Amino acid sequence: MATPTWNNPVIKWVDDRLPIFTFVQHSAIDYPTPKNLNYWWNFGSLAGVILVIMIATGIFLSFNYTAHVDMAFDSVERIMRDVNYGWMFRYIHMNGGTMFFLIIYIHIFRGMYYGSYKAPRELLWIIGVFIFLAMMATAFVGYVLPWGQMSFWGATVITNLFSVIPFVGNDIVTWLWGGFSVDNPTLNRFFSLHYLLPFIIFALVFLHLWALHTHKSNNPLGIEVKGDQDELPFHPYYTIKDLYGLGVFMIFFMGVTFFAPNFFGEPENYLPANPMVTPAAIVPEWYFLPYYAILRATPDNFVDAWGILPVIIDAKTSGVILMFASILLLCLLPWLDRSKVRSATFRPIYKQLYWIFLADCLVLGWIGANPPEGMMLLIGRIATFWYFFHLLILLPLVPYWEKTKELPESISAAVTANGEGSKETSS
Amino acid sequence: MKKQTFIAWITAGLLLAFSFNSALAAGGATPPPKLKWSFHGPFGTFDRAQMKRGWQVYKEVCAGCHSLHQIYYRNLQDIGFSAGEVKKIAAEDEVAAGPNEDGETHDGGELLVRPGKPFDKLIKPFANDAAARAANNGALPPDLSLTSKAHATGVDYIAAVLTGYKDPPSGFKMNEGMAYNTYFAGNQIAMPAPLSADAVEYADGTKATVEQMALDVSTFLAWAAEPEMEERKRLGIKVILFLIVLTALLYALKRRIWAKVH
Ligand code: HEC
Ligand code: HEM
Repeated sequence: MATPTWNNPVIKWVDDRLPIFTFVQHSAIDYPTPKNLNYWWNFGSLAGVILVIMIATGIFLSFNYTAHVDMAFDSVERIMRDVNYGWMFRYIHMNGGTMFFLIIYIHIFRGMYYGSYKAPRELLWIIGVFIFLAMMATAFVGYVLPWGQMSFWGATVITNLFSVIPFVGNDIVTWLWGGFSVDNPTLNRFFSLHYLLPFIIFALVFLHLWALHTHKSNNPLGIEVKGDQDELPFHPYYTIKDLYGLGVFMIFFMGVTFFAPNFFGEPENYLPANPMVTPAAIVPEWYFLPYYAILRATPDNFVDAWGILPVIIDAKTSGVILMFASILLLCLLPWLDRSKVRSATFRPIYKQLYWIFLADCLVLGWIGANPPEGMMLLIGRIATFWYFFHLLILLPLVPYWEKTKELPESISAAVTANGEGSKETSS
Repeated sequence: MKKQTFIAWITAGLLLAFSFNSALAAGGATPPPKLKWSFHGPFGTFDRAQMKRGWQVYKEVCAGCHSLHQIYYRNLQDIGFSAGEVKKIAAEDEVAAGPNEDGETHDGGELLVRPGKPFDKLIKPFANDAAARAANNGALPPDLSLTSKAHATGVDYIAAVLTGYKDPPSGFKMNEGMAYNTYFAGNQIAMPAPLSADAVEYADGTKATVEQMALDVSTFLAWAAEPEMEERKRLGIKVILFLIVLTALLYALKRRIWAKVH
């Protein structure tokens, strides 16, 4: 790639010393991008935008928020009622959390469909999983800040999970709480962490993009770029496509924010936290529901159902292990999936399994919203089983009997054959 | 491919719908009937006359037991009272006067008081939760500022509880001092039926039936929970219209730029 020459003397002077303009030129303007990306490729830039929106609205909220158990709830209500446009910042931030997860889930499932995690993009994928984990931590501590009933009881349930760590578990929980229950010290440190973590996410996003720009984007065909004829410069082609996608997304986001701001929320969080009154059902925000289902799926001693081992693993311990495993396992996806072909378009069996897996995750979400009893518990167990069966057994084995379809010669060959530039080749 | 995607989306949609449904159904009591409210829908607004009547019901009936902690007297201007009227309403109540020149808040154990001002919060019926319980058979009358937001069924829930009093079905075991209510969780409520016909006399001549008062005070409480609602929707419409125009332009531009590619 040629180094651009700068005419403006100021730009030239700066660029000589700190090549920031050259950097932008290379990574956001000339940056070569496969010409066949479809709209599922919009969600990466959307995630970046929403991260910035969260940080911006969050900073304004913290101008007026008080991290104290006696004042937090009322300080948020004051933001809603007395701070100029406080309700707007709060509702954007609140629904922004939901939108962030919606986007990231689509982004992750896009990667799974098109095999974007495969070599040479394994690290890019793993950094992504860590961004997701950091997001979960951020949203969890953020949800505690308004100090409503679900804030308090959600914090109590989730922090208690750490008690399953052998020997030191209870000490760790006490240490996390800064006392003997979720209380003022807990709220204080959660606020501190909630301010810190988004900036760690920001740094991780930087690494994510660095890795991305090293090997460039995957594409709906999952084949390598063969030359210039397969690519387009990022600007103006993808800048305008991303902006258009952003417009569509903002209509949805703002529609929810202004007209149904509490649709995704838990009504009971509008009751101030009360350690003496346990809510009838403690449910997390919708984006945690699949994991909540996995957490509650295991029976006592399920690892050692035959009673051979000298230890008893209670339901809570195995649930916690499975829950964390369900996320961390994603880091191993590049090695679990042994197929050389990336895109599901050319993998008839994997394509079916993909949709089943997606449905399975939705079923888990539905189960997570319900008490783990009777039918619900049974379905939850089957869905949990399938989640791990898919990742650990099917993905490694399927390639041995799957007959993949013939891959096109090149991106431009496939595009001309189809006569459509921006559509995925359909089978 | 196309067909599978379609089926998958439909499944996803159905599952989501189910999950919300089952979340709503939790709780035990009969779900409240869905009523029509002037403030529902993207263009809905609060009916000022109804809110004023609702305030009257709150003030004359509910305020004996329930606080409205998030509301200041000055907020009453939002529901149609003039600044002068608000001043008068505030001055009818006595609020803690705070320290006098000698730094005292009490005089011989009695709280120093002064007439309320618009910048004060509405006074509370009880000094603390213990006093509230003592006066209510051990039950705590909850603060009503956010009640309509704190229930999945929203304002319908308030109207339903207020009109849901009935004789218990035969064989239903009632606890001491409780009333039977169709819509309250567990069907036993510690609040005695608060409304009876003509419990208030409306200045605008509206007949004060139990249903009417329930609707009026529910509307007032819906406003108390979301005083920003009208402003939110007004701004929302502008924001959405702006975004639609902007997005259409971006789409046209996208088509033009990409036209060269094929
Ligand atoms: C005599 C005191 C008293 C009066 C007057 C009274 N309430 Fe109550 N209210 C209570 C008590 C006590 C409870 C708690 C009931 C329980 O927990 O069983 C309650 C509960 C409620 C609830 C249910 C809250 C929830 O979250 O489930 C609503 C709604 C309510 N009251 C509204 C009103 C309204 C509106 C008025 C005025 C028309 C009113 N109340 C007048 C004492 C009273
Ligand atoms: C990754 C980005 C972020 C996510 C996912 C996130 C998520 C959340 C969530 C879910 C809530 C609870 C909302 C509610 O129910 O009321 C919240 C509250 C809050 N957040 Fe964030 N947040 C992010 C970034 C930030 C940042 C960077 C700041 C500060 C600089 C911040 C400040 C606050 C404050 C003050 C609250 C409490 C007010 C409230 O509850 O509305 N947030 N956040």
